[in-house]
Amino acid sequence: MTVVNKVTRHSLPGPEDISRTVLPNGIVLLVRSNQISPSVSFSGYLQAGSFYDPREKLGLSTFTAAGLMRGTALRSFQQIYDDLETVGASLGFSSSTHTVGFGGRSLAEDLPMMLKLLAECLQQPVFPPEQVEKLRAQALTSFAIRAQDTADMASLTFDEILFAGHPYALPEDGYKETVLAIQAADLPAFHQQHYGPHGMVLSIAGAVTPEEAIDQVGESLGAWTNPQQPLAPELSPVESLTQPVRRHIFIPGKSQIDLVLGGLGPKRKDPDFQAASIGNHILGQFGMMGRIGDIVREKSGLAYSASTSLNAWISAGSWEFSAGVSPENVGKVIDLILAEVDRFTTEPVSQEELQDTKSAYIGNLPLGLESNAGVSRSILNIERFQLGLDYLLNYAASIEKITAESILETAQRHLNPAIFVTITAGPQPIEVG
Amino acid sequence: MDPEPCQTRLSNGLTIHLKELHTAPIISHWVWYRVGSRYEAPGFSGISHWVEHMQFKGTPKFPTSQLDKAISRTGGSWNAFTHLDWTTYYETLPADQSALALDLECDRMHNSLFDPVEVEAERTVILSELDGNQNEPRHRLGEAVRKAAFDSHPYRNEVIGTKEDLQRITRDDLYRHYQRHYQPGNAIIAIAGDFDTQEMLDQVTQRYQNLPGSPVEPVEVSPEPPMTAERRAEVTGPGSTTYLQIAYRAPAARESDFFTFGVLDSLLSGPTSLNMFGGGGTTNKTSRLYKTLVETELVVSVRGGMQATIDPYTYEIACTLRPERTLEQVLQALDDQIKRLQDELVSVDEIHRAAKQARALFAYGNENITNQAFWLGYAEMFATYDWFTGYVDRLTQVTPAEVQRIAQVYLQPQHRVVGVYLPEGPGEGTP
Repeated sequence: MTVVNKVTRHSLPGPEDISRTVLPNGIVLLVRSNQISPSVSFSGYLQAGSFYDPREKLGLSTFTAAGLMRGTALRSFQQIYDDLETVGASLGFSSSTHTVGFGGRSLAEDLPMMLKLLAECLQQPVFPPEQVEKLRAQALTSFAIRAQDTADMASLTFDEILFAGHPYALPEDGYKETVLAIQAADLPAFHQQHYGPHGMVLSIAGAVTPEEAIDQVGESLGAWTNPQQPLAPELSPVESLTQPVRRHIFIPGKSQIDLVLGGLGPKRKDPDFQAASIGNHILGQFGMMGRIGDIVREKSGLAYSASTSLNAWISAGSWEFSAGVSPENVGKVIDLILAEVDRFTTEPVSQEELQDTKSAYIGNLPLGLESNAGVSRSILNIERFQLGLDYLLNYAASIEKITAESILETAQRHLNPAIFVTITAGPQPIEVG
Repeated sequence: MDPEPCQTRLSNGLTIHLKELHTAPIISHWVWYRVGSRYEAPGFSGISHWVEHMQFKGTPKFPTSQLDKAISRTGGSWNAFTHLDWTTYYETLPADQSALALDLECDRMHNSLFDPVEVEAERTVILSELDGNQNEPRHRLGEAVRKAAFDSHPYRNEVIGTKEDLQRITRDDLYRHYQRHYQPGNAIIAIAGDFDTQEMLDQVTQRYQNLPGSPVEPVEVSPEPPMTAERRAEVTGPGSTTYLQIAYRAPAARESDFFTFGVLDSLLSGPTSLNMFGGGGTTNKTSRLYKTLVETELVVSVRGGMQATIDPYTYEIACTLRPERTLEQVLQALDDQIKRLQDELVSVDEIHRAAKQARALFAYGNENITNQAFWLGYAEMFATYDWFTGYVDRLTQVTPAEVQRIAQVYLQPQHRVVGVYLPEGPGEGTP
């Protein structure tokens, strides 16, 4: 075990004050001390995401993660939450395609208890059958609510079509029929096979020194092993669509339509990512939702919300445009968005737009690091995407390098309206004119 | 130690609260106005919220297109909120950009344009926001419950307003509302962050001291008479999920009963975080209602909470029912727990637990400069800043007998509205 760095205070997190330690069992521990408030936040992940789910039991990873806090060999469900709530702390687990993530916060004085509880949930969950059934009932209710949520249904369908054939196409929490197919015994089996320290990362920020954190984590998680744990597989790349797809999800009784359209975007480690991110900001985020917000909301008053998002993950990404619109305005809003995409892929952004966004990115950095949770998450992502501990220190320089030409080239590589997926959900659109 | 904020008042009535903190190179600037849906006359519901929208539509000095660009290029965040008793605007910026927030807020306190074209565009935007809300069963239920909970008090109205009022309100109505309420004497400037207090005070004073202030006409709001019988509110709509929302009349924030209610809330439905930023906190799985409703498989989820307001508002409990359960079953189990609070004294340990929970929630909020500045002004909207700093101590002083009295006085069926959203059918998404 080696302590890489010492902690200093009041600076942007970097190699000088992020302590990175690899425990003998493979767990990577990142610590950034901040003694200003008496609280601590931590976040982390391990390699047990939904891509391990059998297709007919989609949702198993999410279900297993949700079951971790429903009882351990040492504490019942009620004891777990009594210990947490008595001190005003929180702990939670959730699953994504690649990983099971977790996060917690407490007063610093309660961190040893929190790490002990984290370790227990990860290593000794018992998945009591009656708790499993409660979780199943909750999942089924959430599916019923999701089926009525226009934004959720538009987004779900968009992913199913855009990422067809790839794990990113599937919702991590599954579908009604796949969750009904999961047996109580599947949860401990999934846990036994996939949960282990290999590939696990834990990031802590707050009123604790690295030395204290290393000791406490070593004590709670240092002895964990799982010889069965497989190595995380490489996911295949996503196949591009060859033609556009347009679909409407009819949800009766709604007054507004949610619209999502777009296509594949760069993955996080793609050399295009930073230029795409700056470009996306100009397109749909800067100020009141960028060029898209300006034309759809500000100039035309056609929607309350209209924006873009670039979702860059490990093996692929998406570049999406979304809006909430009334049924008679759907066609107009799509046309306005496509006109902006056309402009964005044929003309370089202006120097003024570029400078504005660069300055926004650089100025925003300390705001995202205001709280312990923000620091903890930020450091975790540095590890997740292997960006280097000096990432935040070099951030401004990396942003300054982006040019209008590189944004245009990136946009041309990734934004192709000829194969866009366009999904609407809600009442039937009304054809106008 | 938490630094004492500097509090002062200019001759035109503007109140200034400053809290110097050097934990990050950031400042958070808030301006609070004592106007919200509480101050709206019949027929003008939603006017305060619409004025808030118009405050982003430019002044001669900061035209609409320049306004958000000016903030955005600093990397800062900004937003505004309209609520029952107040409207607030904030900017959190790199500390060296604080002049921008000062200039902008001072300017739009009295120079906003209310361009008729922008007013019309915003009418469409707000109507679209209203439509979006109507998509949400729980929103529709909440709306019906509040209407039933108050007969005459403006708290019965949604902050966004009704469709009819929003279609009728004119540009001149909006401008009058703005001129009447956006006065220095009706505002508080609250700033926290990385600055020197004296320098910041000079900066604020220099901008505002010559701003003329018209006297703010007080808005008289008649107290809502007590409820004398239980009321029901029923909403139907698409879906397959039944939602229950119960609203009891609750004390105003300034009343000492409010703190006792804070303990009761913590025990019954889990602690409510009053932070706007950096909040979150703990779950409610050991609360009495979770144990009695979720553990017994009557409902999928339960939450409860109250808001700090000028006039008595509501303490609300909301549940999502399991499909096979009936409203009566859930109500019976809930009433049993309320009866238990009325009949049996809670333990001192339970009260200490509620206070520790509140202490932790406030510690999380204190990590965050934006949230610290929020409290400087927010507490003044319904009480004073001392209300915030003394909150945890007030909770520790609550006694078991007081909790019992609160349950006996407030949690009576004749003081509540029982609201239910009844689904008409699956109506599931079909391609």
